Amino acid sequence: MNDWSQALSLHTPAAAPIAVTFSGNRALQIEERLIFEQDAPGRCGVDLPEPPAFRPCLAGLERRGPVGLPSLSEPQVIRHFTRLSQKNYAIDSGLYPLGSCTMKHNPRLNEKLARLPGLADIHPLQPVSTVRGALELIDTLSRWLKTLTGMPAVALSPGAGAHGELCGIMTIRAALEARGDPRRRVLVPESAHGTNPATAAACGYAVDPVPANAQGRVDRSALERKLGPDVAALMLTNPNTCGLFENEIVEIAAAVHRAGAFFYCDGAKFNAIVGRVRPADLGIDCMHLNLHKTFSTPHGGGGPGSGPVMLAASLAPYAPLPWLVLGQHGLELVEHKAGAAETAIGRLKGFHGQMGMFVRALAYMLSHGADGLRQVAEDAVLNANYLRVLLERDLSLSFPGPCMHEVLFDDRFLKDSSITTLDFAKALIDEGYHPMTMYFPLIVHGAMLIEPTETESKASLDEFAAVVKSLAAAARAADVARFHSAPSLAPRRRLDETAAARKPVLRWLPASPASGAVAAQ
Amino acid sequence: MRYLPLTEADRAAMLKTIGVSSIDALFAEVPAAARLDGLLDLPLAQGEIEVERAISHMAERNIVAGSVPFFIGGGAYRHHVPAAVDHLIQRGEFLTSYTPYQPEISQGTLQYLFEFQTQVALLTSMEVANASLYDGATACAEAVMMANRVTGRKRAVLSGGLHPHYRDVCATYAEFVGFDVVATDPQPGEDESLGQLIDNTTSCVVVQSPDFWGELSDQSELARLCHEKGALLVVVVTEILSLGAVKPPGEMGADIVAAEGQSLGNALNFGGPYLGLFASRDKFVRQMPGRLVGETVDAEGRRGWVLTLSTREQHIRRERATSNICTNSGLCALAFTIHLALLGESGFVRLARLNHAAAVRLAERIERLPAVRLVNHSFFNEFTVRLPCPAAPVVEALAQKRVLGGIPISRLYPDRPELADLLLVAATETATEDDMDRFEQALREVLP
Ligand SMILES: Cc1ncc(COP(=O)(O)O)c(C=O)c1O
Repeated sequence: MNDWSQALSLHTPAAAPIAVTFSGNRALQIEERLIFEQDAPGRCGVDLPEPPAFRPCLAGLERRGPVGLPSLSEPQVIRHFTRLSQKNYAIDSGLYPLGSCTMKHNPRLNEKLARLPGLADIHPLQPVSTVRGALELIDTLSRWLKTLTGMPAVALSPGAGAHGELCGIMTIRAALEARGDPRRRVLVPESAHGTNPATAAACGYAVDPVPANAQGRVDRSALERKLGPDVAALMLTNPNTCGLFENEIVEIAAAVHRAGAFFYCDGAKFNAIVGRVRPADLGIDCMHLNLHKTFSTPHGGGGPGSGPVMLAASLAPYAPLPWLVLGQHGLELVEHKAGAAETAIGRLKGFHGQMGMFVRALAYMLSHGADGLRQVAEDAVLNANYLRVLLERDLSLSFPGPCMHEVLFDDRFLKDSSITTLDFAKALIDEGYHPMTMYFPLIVHGAMLIEPTETESKASLDEFAAVVKSLAAAARAADVARFHSAPSLAPRRRLDETAAARKPVLRWLPASPASGAVAAQ
Repeated sequence: MRYLPLTEADRAAMLKTIGVSSIDALFAEVPAAARLDGLLDLPLAQGEIEVERAISHMAERNIVAGSVPFFIGGGAYRHHVPAAVDHLIQRGEFLTSYTPYQPEISQGTLQYLFEFQTQVALLTSMEVANASLYDGATACAEAVMMANRVTGRKRAVLSGGLHPHYRDVCATYAEFVGFDVVATDPQPGEDESLGQLIDNTTSCVVVQSPDFWGELSDQSELARLCHEKGALLVVVVTEILSLGAVKPPGEMGADIVAAEGQSLGNALNFGGPYLGLFASRDKFVRQMPGRLVGETVDAEGRRGWVLTLSTREQHIRRERATSNICTNSGLCALAFTIHLALLGESGFVRLARLNHAAAVRLAERIERLPAVRLVNHSFFNEFTVRLPCPAAPVVEALAQKRVLGGIPISRLYPDRPELADLLLVAATETATEDDMDRFEQALREVLP
């Protein structure tokens, strides 16, 4: 195995001249111009008829002058975006150990079902009598989520996890205000994802950070000291961002409740416990799920996601609109604050939520079933621990002992080498892998958070571990140039982010000198 | 289970390597009282055939827009999406990647987002656009909050012609984030005189164009009034295709444009996922929410793209971030970019003309019906009509005849009896003459 991994790590030395070919292409390393640089008036990628003569009714507000869009034919468009796609790393091309993001396989059945005309080609404001099946689907999804979490209600409209956090903290604030007890602080562990403090602050709360203890869990005594009559909520991630189960969570929940506060849980890591632990049994009042993580709806290069929020009975009355309720004529959509929904916090998004994601997540759940989902958690945790054990002598494990579905290392093993976490991550790119999450969580130095997910085989983990070990060996052997020059085998070498931020070029302009230079390439 | 590659033998070998006797040992940190020993009360795993059957059954209980004469809009529009779009967005390299945190191996995503930002800036005639937000309604709320930051004020004036969902989302954010919104009454066909509501505490005025009723209006004078008082003008566009026919917000003095991009590349999907578009002026860029892609060079001087100005964002700035958004609408933005690349200049303008022409023809037909009155003075592909009776039962009766004939305004404004007879009707390039015949005929049968 060692020989083989050595062979794998052969690479182009940094200083090697890059061969320039006549076409500008090196095998599949394609230089692809922007669509704006491929424009030729007279072409079009669609054939549309000219409308019959009619009298416009635009109140004299006709657009004057061209929009400035480029004209391409369909084959050019297909080739352009195919070439762009080939510059991307993806789950489909290899292990994607991006901690906290749950980059698991995306089943293609789910894509097919989300495109059924009966689900994709229906309008959110069609008469409810014509979308009975859609409501049934949403209701079925709700029932699965409620059973898996043990929580009695779910708000489905949030667009992603961060939007779910906003929804959760708003419902908590509404509940507190309803009992005449507005509070001003939200406790957020220092290890939390950036969306947690950003959310609490957006909802008008002072963010009070809670330190971690030496075991990578929230420091319970520090937390309890901070609890008081002005604390609205604790936002805790469990399993936490160090990949560890908060083993005092039940005591923490009790303390939070004793202080009259609510317990918000960031459920981004539900994948580790689905089918094995119900969040309700931990004392959680409110928790968002990321359907694009645990329930495998595709990440799509950055979205769309879906962030349902599970609510305890004490918070359910404040759930945002719309509500789906069982009425006299079956399932009904409640779209306005009236009757029982008078207490709702209002609307958080247009229409009814991310239906396309609901279909995919439900297909995922039906496929796995109660048994398969439990197996998902077990295999995700098994895979992460397997990597932990394979790598703990080569990298520096931040917290000893078993982890949940992701494993956290830091940069102590790189100490005095002049190689940073960033360099190490970039060297992984040259070995054909997407790097792990870097520099998050913030509570360890130079964090490397590795989440393999359950959809990796043992062989895939063995290969990855061998590569990481060989890189760690190279780092110990002070093969510094290799790290500092990495990546050298990707479509691009390191990009100058400082220059990008100093003088932002955020769109193509016909006369932009930078664009001109490349067009000539 | 077809998605799980570990075999029983693998699991046993891995547990051995880890040095534990069973998987339970790895869950030892879970408090005993919270450990589930058995399976939850849910169905067991199923094959593709069974899952496809179960979900298809649900799909079959809905009336598919494309199978009937269909005239619904109201912020979500049914357009033809070229086959190439859906093919390309399903390429695994796009579908199964994530936010381009590692730019060297994400140039595909970064380059299309740069193209997307450019397209959005061109359509709206604004200087910069971000890499998307969740949808038009949340983009609208983010626009108001950005205007609050830029002006240091906390009072937004919302037009009564703003989509009621957008207005409601703004109101929810206002309540919990802590700012004021003043909204004028929904009065289709009336002049709003929003100018009178602007004072030197106003952070912005939010107007929609075409407005919720489908009406077009020139915002230049309103922009002048806003700027005179130090407020910003936020223009909302729910039908982005309209910008192929009508003057863009940037030419009327908009400071921020918040729009819904679903019309290009994205299906109706019962309301989501959609695509929030967000554009502004260069000078406000550091107050913008969401991801931004910028051009730069790599270590060899080659052009490339990166996420930039991240110090605005939650992962760097935490509680002082401009927005808490993280995951956005990446793949929907890709669909938009591809559809617009296929359309190009001439296709986009022609598609807009086709939509306008269809709506003009439909309006002419509907106006001929006895006692039905067109409320609009102008429109793009959607307009409001006043029926001689409440619209909700009419729409229901039309649905019985398998015609999806618009949105009764009472569905969105149930508490306003004066709007109960109004019907919002849209026509796009997908409506045929035959569809219009059937709609007209069905209306004749249903109306008193
Ligand atoms: C721990 C944690 N919380 C919250 C979020 C935010 O979720 P989203 O990106 O879906 O908005 C993430 C996303 O990466 C996360 O890892």
